[in-house]
Amino acid sequence: MSNKMMLIPGRSSKQGTSLNQGKLKEEYQTVTSTLEMNKDDMEKMGLVDGDKVKLSNEIGETIVSCLGKKPEDLSEGMLFIPYGPPSSQLMASDTAGSGMPLSKHMMVEVEKVKN
Amino acid sequence: MIEKTNKKVVEENKNIKIVHDATCTFCGCVCDDMELHVDVDEKRIIKSKNACVLGRAWFAEHTIENAPAAMIDGKEVTIEEAIEEAAQTLVNAKFPITYGLSDTTSEAQRQAVAITDYIKGNIDTTTSVCHGPSGLAFQGVGESTSTLGEVKNRADLVIYWGGNPAESHPRHFGRYAVTPKGMFTPNGKKDRTVVLVDVRKTKSAGVADILITPKPGKDFEVLWALRALVKGVKLSSDIEKETGVPLEILTDLAKRMKECRFGVLFFGMGLTMTRGRHFNSGALLALATDLNEYTHFVAKPVRGHGNVTGADNVVAWQTGYPFGVNFSRGYPRFNPGEFTTVDTLSNGDADAALIVASDPGSNFPKKAIEHLKNIPVITLDTKTTDTTKLSHVAFKTSTYGINTSGTVYRMDDVSITLRPAFESPFPDDEKILKSIKKRVHELILKNSHSGGASGEAKVAAAVNPL
Repeated sequence: MSNKMMLIPGRSSKQGTSLNQGKLKEEYQTVTSTLEMNKDDMEKMGLVDGDKVKLSNEIGETIVSCLGKKPEDLSEGMLFIPYGPPSSQLMASDTAGSGMPLSKHMMVEVEKVKN
Repeated sequence: MIEKTNKKVVEENKNIKIVHDATCTFCGCVCDDMELHVDVDEKRIIKSKNACVLGRAWFAEHTIENAPAAMIDGKEVTIEEAIEEAAQTLVNAKFPITYGLSDTTSEAQRQAVAITDYIKGNIDTTTSVCHGPSGLAFQGVGESTSTLGEVKNRADLVIYWGGNPAESHPRHFGRYAVTPKGMFTPNGKKDRTVVLVDVRKTKSAGVADILITPKPGKDFEVLWALRALVKGVKLSSDIEKETGVPLEILTDLAKRMKECRFGVLFFGMGLTMTRGRHFNSGALLALATDLNEYTHFVAKPVRGHGNVTGADNVVAWQTGYPFGVNFSRGYPRFNPGEFTTVDTLSNGDADAALIVASDPGSNFPKKAIEHLKNIPVITLDTKTTDTTKLSHVAFKTSTYGINTSGTVYRMDDVSITLRPAFESPFPDDEKILKSIKKRVHELILKNSHSGGASGEAKVAAAVNPL
């Protein structure tokens, strides 16, 4: 079953504070590898907090942990992840003559990773 | 109580220096009301009064690390050896690029522009992957602008569009735009209406009187609909199907915009990083311009890094353009999409890179990172990053605002002088860049006398040192 969803990378407080410790430190790596996901979507996919999912598109793929958010905070079909190396794996390099790659609203396939 | 007493004793035994009116350079708010308590012996900031959660982390985590000041291919070298290698690398490249610059002083930024001019290279800043599209929109539409001080003192309608300041710029609300009491807003938040427009409900929603959530990718349509409503054009209720925002909400917002005394649109990456890019920013700027037929309305991008606004200013006053500038013909040319760094790397154009205070090796698209791994990279950074790890030459530098004085520009283009807290054993970016510039200049002159490969244009630049 296809689970195409919209990924929005962005800033978060934890990403900002862990950035100061160092991008190669564990906390930053953990923060930028944690995907916020609508709880109903997670239930449909049989996911619970901490489960691993693979995000992929025509550019690349990455594996992250998921964390449920209430539907009123994150709509169905929408994903949020703090900017970082995992989100960069899915970013296209085409800037359409602007210099800016599309870094938000990326359509990605979400798959549960079996333990 | 016991804990408090113990803490006091511990602090009394330390050699503490207090720095008043210090500046936090973590984000574009550049708050300059910090009171820093510095443990002079341990060379670390133990308390940062007035700082937000991000600022506290910024001050607490920038300590003196035990690491080499300079490395070539991962091996420790002297700073002089690293400067020689950096200069040689840049002078011998055919398409050298300079990138980053948003987390360093304007004095250092100036040196980076001069180096790039000498080597006939390409200079770009993190603006290109931040508010670069807004920079294009400024040129196309214009900017009705103000300082944050004017916003604090006058704004009674504050609109945040496509951003989440509660997490990215925590003091924007409290220091500049939402809760502070101003000359004409004596009751603070009570004198203001705050509107938040975003595709998801973020932590910033807590301050909003009105929360509008358009469908993702429909910001341009919402902005254009507002422009129509402001001009008195009647719209069909079908607009909700297209944008996800009911007509009555849009009509109400347009009315509030026209009737306010002083309105401000703060806009973020939700506009510039999505489909439409500069058209989205342009639509917002055009809306602000339209509104000036009825009231006073301004628009300001909410800038991310501490001196990204300085980077725009310095590159603009030295080259005429704010980012994405190429000197290969001996004069500056501006062409986003060609001379911007994601493009120069992804297209495989760049054959050497000077990266100052930035980490494209972590946050650029895969294709760009792959190219970065295949060319000699010179980095100046305070911390180890993915980019410093792949560098041919890596300089560890001191932190601006904590160890180094200099000038930074707040997101509203107000310049602020930094008051450092304690000295670092590492040199600052300006010092390293000045040394590279000096050596680059010498090498270009030498090559010109020996008929070297650097070309006539490089010679022309060299005889007119900056």
